[in-house]
Amino acid sequence: MTFSADLALAVPELILAGSALFLLVAGAFAPKRTLVVGTGAVLALAAAAAAAAVSPVGKAFGGGLVSDAASSFAQVAIYAASAVSILLGQRWFARRGVDNFEFPVLILLAALGMGMMVGAADLISLYVGVELQSLALYVLAAMHRDNAKASEAGLKYFVLGALSSGLLLYGASLIYGFAGSTKFADIATAVHGGAGTGVLFGLVFLICGLAFKISAAPFHMWTPDVYEGAPTPVVGFFAGAPKLAAMLLFARILTEGFGGAAGQWRQVLVIMALLSIAVGAFGGLAQKNLKRLWAYSSIANVGYAVLGLAAGNAEGVQAMLVFMVLYMVDVTGFFACLSALSRDGKSMESIDDMAGLFRERPGIALAMTAFSLSALGLPPFSGFWAKFYVFKAAINTPDVAIQGAAIAGLVGSVVAAFYYLRLIKVMWFDTAVGKTDATPMEAKTIAISAALFTFPVVLVALVFIDPLAKAAAAAFGLA
Amino acid sequence: MTGILSLTTFSPLLGVAAILLLRLAGKPDDAKTVNAAKWIALFTTLATLALSTLLTVQFVPSNAGFQFVEDANWFAGLHYRMGVDGISILFVLLTAFLMPFCIVASWKSIETRVLEYLIAFLILETLVIGVFCALDLVLFYAFFEFGLVPMFLIIGIWGGKRRVYAAFKFFLYTLLGSVLMLAAILAMIGISHTSSIPELMHYKFAPWIQTWLWLAFFASFAVKMPMWPVHTWLPDAHVEAPTAGSVILAGILLKMGGYGFLRFSLPMFPQASEMFAPLVFALSVIAIVYTSLVAFRQTDIKKLIAYSSVAHMGFVTMGIFSGNAVGVQGAIFQMLSHGVISGALFLCVGVVYDRMHTREIAFYGGLVNRMPWYAAVFMLFTMGNVGLPGTSGFVGEILTMTGAYKASTWTALVAASGVIFSAVYALSLYRRVVFGEMTNPALAAITDLDWREVAIFTPLILSTLYLGVHPGAIFDLTQASVDSLVAVYRAAIGA
Repeated sequence: MTFSADLALAVPELILAGSALFLLVAGAFAPKRTLVVGTGAVLALAAAAAAAAVSPVGKAFGGGLVSDAASSFAQVAIYAASAVSILLGQRWFARRGVDNFEFPVLILLAALGMGMMVGAADLISLYVGVELQSLALYVLAAMHRDNAKASEAGLKYFVLGALSSGLLLYGASLIYGFAGSTKFADIATAVHGGAGTGVLFGLVFLICGLAFKISAAPFHMWTPDVYEGAPTPVVGFFAGAPKLAAMLLFARILTEGFGGAAGQWRQVLVIMALLSIAVGAFGGLAQKNLKRLWAYSSIANVGYAVLGLAAGNAEGVQAMLVFMVLYMVDVTGFFACLSALSRDGKSMESIDDMAGLFRERPGIALAMTAFSLSALGLPPFSGFWAKFYVFKAAINTPDVAIQGAAIAGLVGSVVAAFYYLRLIKVMWFDTAVGKTDATPMEAKTIAISAALFTFPVVLVALVFIDPLAKAAAAAFGLA
Repeated sequence: MTGILSLTTFSPLLGVAAILLLRLAGKPDDAKTVNAAKWIALFTTLATLALSTLLTVQFVPSNAGFQFVEDANWFAGLHYRMGVDGISILFVLLTAFLMPFCIVASWKSIETRVLEYLIAFLILETLVIGVFCALDLVLFYAFFEFGLVPMFLIIGIWGGKRRVYAAFKFFLYTLLGSVLMLAAILAMIGISHTSSIPELMHYKFAPWIQTWLWLAFFASFAVKMPMWPVHTWLPDAHVEAPTAGSVILAGILLKMGGYGFLRFSLPMFPQASEMFAPLVFALSVIAIVYTSLVAFRQTDIKKLIAYSSVAHMGFVTMGIFSGNAVGVQGAIFQMLSHGVISGALFLCVGVVYDRMHTREIAFYGGLVNRMPWYAAVFMLFTMGNVGLPGTSGFVGEILTMTGAYKASTWTALVAASGVIFSAVYALSLYRRVVFGEMTNPALAAITDLDWREVAIFTPLILSTLYLGVHPGAIFDLTQASVDSLVAVYRAAIGA
């Protein structure tokens, strides 16, 4: 393959890398820099998404980067979510007197990292993608510099993230040592017919490192603290897109690299899924802060996605992709709601703050109700269809352990139903405690659009998402 | 006439849209807006009633299959598939029939957030009709499950003192049953590669799979029904719900459980149904006898009627799992009749509650002195509840017992004692509330039924009596579908 053909496969990443660097310079000199950089970043993401959608299929750079239906699918979704979070975040920061043009650039860099993650077919590009994304996210979490909690969140995220990167690297080096290559394809040959202890040891470390990034239990401890402290629109960003990227990467390395050891890693994933669902369901019961609550909700939801992956077949991967995309819209919308709400200039973040919200802000309250019901998994909201795919895949595997886990997961969703209902109860049944401030246009628009997607648009959208996800899952060459 | 079924199902949503426009245009609490919204809601429910009547008229009773079928491809192999047969069309009609009463019954008693209240009811109507029309497993589940939300809000916002507790209990209890059904639905789709209910009714699942699927569906429908011992959410929900909420709950939502047994358990899992029939019989007679005794000890009128609902639903489950045409016909009839009678009884409670704002039996007494018309109406429905010949309540009870007698003599014998128990609690309630000396001075100024209440009760009285003397009107519609259902069931179990 020629170098230019290699580059053709990496056009979306190149667009992002180039514009990130250019906007960084432009931001230093341009007048009205936040506006210029913000607009530029959104345009760059749109261009990258378009390029990803029409990207040719193939492997580039000696097999280090791959472009296929799966990477295109995830990239389009990730870039779209990144663009939305720029629109949401910039004004939010501006209202709080934080006027930094670095915000869109960091989102661009994070998006670039995620783009690399979904296209990684080599342990090196995997690590570079993960680190680029993570470093950008650490800074984003601490973006609200004058806020002690945000700084704490950023630091906590960084320290624990560095630990997980260490695990990831350690695992990667073990795999390289025992399998003799960093390429997924070569690793697959090495573990054909079952992995040896050394490779398996490395795989477990790798799984732990990635589990940290998707905040699956038992590597979830950072999530509630970071969600609580980080700026709300940023949380909406990193609760969605990075998890989709990490899940896809997870799927790719497990199926393309370790397909031969499926029987071994599936056990790990089932336990991880069950633990996450349990931690998410029971941990959320005691939460009073909505951002913490949604952290537990996201732990539980990642558990469902992992369960889909644990099914280990094409149906399972498709389920995981549909799940993550629908979930991404959900969390983005929910945090857009939270970004829109304030009372006397102070963010409303506790459940009690939402008392009587339906009387006060019916639009936002309805949207939040839709997101809660969706996260609860109630039909006809998008969260139900997401779970529908996952449980269908899990229940129809011949593996009794996964079937059992699916039923346990369904019961877990009833436990979690309690805290979603409590939020709805507070918004609808209780009386208001005071006037809320006017809701900013952009947050409200994003929240309402996402809510409309949750229902009823999803019923039509799935007609298109379903075959795309199917094609994406087929790219992994599973049965 | 394709499309008429969807039109009937979703017609209440047109009313929702109109009310939403009204809300956006005017002030939500303005008396004029509220009044207009009430009329819109009433008109919408009447239009839905007209549509479903049209549906019933056009329905061909001799055709045992599904009619007015609509089918469109959706995603992931699912279909938007709707249709009615002789069993489901009656439930559609019952739903459309009871809804206008709910709106009228709430005319004065609901004073806060009226627009939202009406919207919740209209959405609920769409969902319930959808449950009875859906011919795709997942579509059915979507309608079935989302129905929890409007009911949760109705109980939680407009309910009584312990409304939050009751709303949560209602939601979580039902949800737990439903997720197990969801697991079964997903397994069925995985095994048979179809989600079409008509196709699945002829799909033969292996017996050991049937056992699990049956249990999962049973978990959901037994809670919904509700059967002893998972009935405890119902008295709470009933007591706290506003009058119209109770009417819908007892009149329609409980029937979704019985409908589910008829649509899924019996035809799709016949071997398992036969195997578990003794279990169902046992639970049914316990429900009939035990909850009747519990009802007798209640001090709250609504709670008493709620427990009597559980007892009456015992007859339904007994009839369904008797597995013969008489029992199934009786069960369907019992559900329809109970829908009308229990709905009417809750409206009767609503009449005195609106005036006195208490449901304590001890508070009342001697109402006949002040409210002769009310006493007469209440008497009629009490008799219907007891199962007096001439009212619709009698037909359902006698048929389910006849059906059960063929399947299990002991069950029928014990269930027959339930008829006596129901007379004990219902008549004693009537005596304590209506007869006797009027000792409570607070009651001195209580007024008899007004024209609005008379207008509510007249059609209910007429239908109770009409169905009581001419039950054939129902059987003509259900005959063909029930016969084919029973034939399929009996062929499958080799009887």
